[in-house]
Amino acid sequence: MSDTPVAGASPLPSPASAPAGPTTAAPAAAASSPAARSLRGYSRWRWWELALFAALPLSWLLLPGQALLLNEIAIVALFAISLDLILGYAGIVSLGHAAFFGFGAYTAALFAKNVMPDPIVGLAVAIAASAALGLATSVLILRGSDLTRLMVTLGVASILYELANKLDWLTGGADGLQGVVMGPLTVPFTTLKGFDFDLSGRTAYAYTLVVLAIVLFVSRRLVHSPFGTSLQALRDNRLRAASIGLSVPLRLVAVYTYAGAIAGAAGALLAQTTGFASLDVFDFHRSAEVLLVLVVGGTGYLYGGIFGAIVFKLLHDLIAAWTPQYWNFWLGLFLVVLVLVGRERFVRPWTWFRVPGKR
Amino acid sequence: MTLLFDGIAYGMLLFILAVGLAVTLGLMNFINLAHGAFAMAGGYITVLLMNRLGVPFLACLPIAFIGTALLGALLERTLYRPMYSRPHLDQVLFSIGLVFMAVTAVDYVVGSMQQNIHLPDWLQGRLPIEAVGIGKYRLFIVVTCALLTIALQWVLSRTRFGSRLRASVDDPRVAGGLGLDVNRIFLLTFAVGSGLAGLGGALGAEVLGLDPTFPLKFMIYFLIVVSVGGTTTITGPLLAALLLGIADVAGKYYVPKLGAFIVYTLMIAILVWRPQGLFARASAR
Repeated sequence: MSDTPVAGASPLPSPASAPAGPTTAAPAAAASSPAARSLRGYSRWRWWELALFAALPLSWLLLPGQALLLNEIAIVALFAISLDLILGYAGIVSLGHAAFFGFGAYTAALFAKNVMPDPIVGLAVAIAASAALGLATSVLILRGSDLTRLMVTLGVASILYELANKLDWLTGGADGLQGVVMGPLTVPFTTLKGFDFDLSGRTAYAYTLVVLAIVLFVSRRLVHSPFGTSLQALRDNRLRAASIGLSVPLRLVAVYTYAGAIAGAAGALLAQTTGFASLDVFDFHRSAEVLLVLVVGGTGYLYGGIFGAIVFKLLHDLIAAWTPQYWNFWLGLFLVVLVLVGRERFVRPWTWFRVPGKR
Repeated sequence: MTLLFDGIAYGMLLFILAVGLAVTLGLMNFINLAHGAFAMAGGYITVLLMNRLGVPFLACLPIAFIGTALLGALLERTLYRPMYSRPHLDQVLFSIGLVFMAVTAVDYVVGSMQQNIHLPDWLQGRLPIEAVGIGKYRLFIVVTCALLTIALQWVLSRTRFGSRLRASVDDPRVAGGLGLDVNRIFLLTFAVGSGLAGLGGALGAEVLGLDPTFPLKFMIYFLIVVSVGGTTTITGPLLAALLLGIADVAGKYYVPKLGAFIVYTLMIAILVWRPQGLFARASAR
């Protein structure tokens, strides 16, 4: 604290422990000033983030029998992370995020069936295709109010649903795309090869985990970069963000494309690890579910998708085992209660009995 | 010609179904995806009354209206009102939750099969007018809906309640400041809107088909009517509904391969071209 430069002759001896106030200038030694440190602290790795990254491989080692369920959870988590980027960071309410998920799934399945069965090439193709779709549809969400965006995203997903339904010579229509056989997994740049997608799902889960970890890492860098900060600025006040010189449309296009690519990756993983793609991937239910998953986990801090996916899948298994047909009722009830209690308060049970408004 | 007429009947029906939603969206800026659930409630009230208790069709229609309106008022008072000031994301989640609950509850109580309605004899068959076959029931729908539309327009533009409602639509805060009880106006409007949806559901049970997934299937249609038509006038949604009805019927007839594709594409094109809706006034907000 001794090197904190205090500009000018301040009459009051400022205590050394005081953080950098608005009047404290930090000209040259900015790198070590409290202000710079607090700014950097924003993007610092927290202990629980590291624990989470460590937990990913541990779950593979310690729960070999649950690999299929874990694989599903990881895919839903990936999907929800993608939605978090546009909803939690850029503030776009989308009711049709399944469009990208389904597009990625169908691309991967068709590629494996008609071109080549290598999973990693298929994944790359699916990601590229979904990114292209994201880029193409991002111009549609730039204008209008929340309602307009809601309608347009919903419309895009519905169009793709109709396409997949009607182009039955290509997609198998309502029966789904069957007979997708994936080749064995080959780790690039190494001699490791020949991991088959077997029934236990361990290969599939490892594959999904690696993709999830890479996406998490890249997305984390992205949201903590100046780009990510500017996204939050335009989420909070679009007009002000534009008036300090941020190009709002360009940023929205970029994040929408990136989120589309990730959602496509999630869909591709689903299609590749289950060897199946059906109309269900474009369904409205899927868009609504991923919203719920994200909201349960919490928006705007990137990891909400993972926690939400874990809670959601476990809950789903629990209730579906009890009453399989009417699971949607409890899902709906859960949504209504969640919103009535308040999304913020729901994850903090100790605030339930406080009078709202008092903090 | 028959196609055009069917399209008009379909559009009128959609308008009656969606007009309540237009008011909800326009008045309180509330995104209510659960509007179709009220329509479904009206449809099921009619079907159950007719098939189980043998109530005549014409008597069912007012019952469907009143029953759904009461349901709407109840839900508005208890569940919806705290939602008005919430962000749009909360409203969307909340109403999706309601839709899921309604769909499963109906599935549980009534069963998931398609419900059939037995129209009275005088509404079946076709009227051959100048070699153009016009279904009697379609004609009935058009006439009923046209009368309702005229009545609505009259209420909105000529009565005291209508002017209060329009004042609240334009600016709820100023309207409240002038001594209008905006909450009560909205409760009434919500109830009437739900009631109309219920009536539309009852009328449309034969045309649109009625099963528990009704709210999900037609949610996007209602939203199209409202978002394309704009929420500030009553003629906007009417024209949008007619357009949608005709486009949908014609599209399904001439190019069945494309299905609902045309409607969605058209909607996106219109919304990108005019985000506030086709017939909206220049909005001050």
